[in-house]
Amino acid sequence: MNALLSALGAGFLFGIGLWVSGMANPKKVLGFLDITGDWDASLMLVMGGAVAVTLVGFRIYKTKIPAPTLKDIDFPLVAGAAIFGAGWGIAGYCPGPAVTALSTLSTESVVFVIAMIAGGLLHKIIPKT
Amino acid sequence: MHDFTPVSALAGGALIGLASVWLLAANGRIAGVSGILHGIFSPPEAQWRAWFLSGLLLAGLAWQAAGAPVPLREGFPIGWAAAAGLLVGFGTRMGGGCTSGHGVCGLGRLSARSLVAVIVFMASGMVAAYVMRHVLGVAS
Repeated sequence: MNALLSALGAGFLFGIGLWVSGMANPKKVLGFLDITGDWDASLMLVMGGAVAVTLVGFRIYKTKIPAPTLKDIDFPLVAGAAIFGAGWGIAGYCPGPAVTALSTLSTESVVFVIAMIAGGLLHKIIPKT
Repeated sequence: MHDFTPVSALAGGALIGLASVWLLAANGRIAGVSGILHGIFSPPEAQWRAWFLSGLLLAGLAWQAAGAPVPLREGFPIGWAAAAGLLVGFGTRMGGGCTSGHGVCGLGRLSARSLVAVIVFMASGMVAAYVMRHVLGVAS
């Protein structure tokens, strides 16, 4: 199959998964992240269901996995994950759900995605030590 | 836990996993949405990434066209949405991935880096959600 059509199909299926699972709903995401409230454990099962499939699939297509460019558990990994998590917990969007939510043209999703692209560009231009 | 939806969560998760295996099997690429999004600015790999993102958008349009419920949130402060977007964009580039790249794909290939990232962003997300709702009292 054409590589671009295949990427389109994979993105489409990924997006449908986000809507079916509830990940595209920031309120539901925050209901999971806020463990002190009326905790909604559903998103644990989203990750569980997804990883159950990738564990098997990535084993089958092991030879296709691109070699990881980074191997060390270093400061940027931990600090970057902490910064990402903070943004996720504030608004309830991570990148995939934010992009698919853009289809609703809600103000918050438009603002979030523009800011997310800006954040990535900001990281690109600041000097690395 | 009155909002607990185990069946749709598992089914949706499985679809996300299938899509990730699909992209690996057919394109030899990792379905990490933050990397795909930020990578649309760097040709020659920009093209397939744009198509993948179009698929994500089309899924949202198809979902709405099918009349499925679209839970829209009203009144979330736009300033907080902007701040959160900046943090997510910056953090995912610094840490090399997000919920999909480190979570769905990284855990699937048993990466120790990804496991650390997942533990850190889950913990940090829980702290941020707590502070927003119960310390700052921002409705979300």
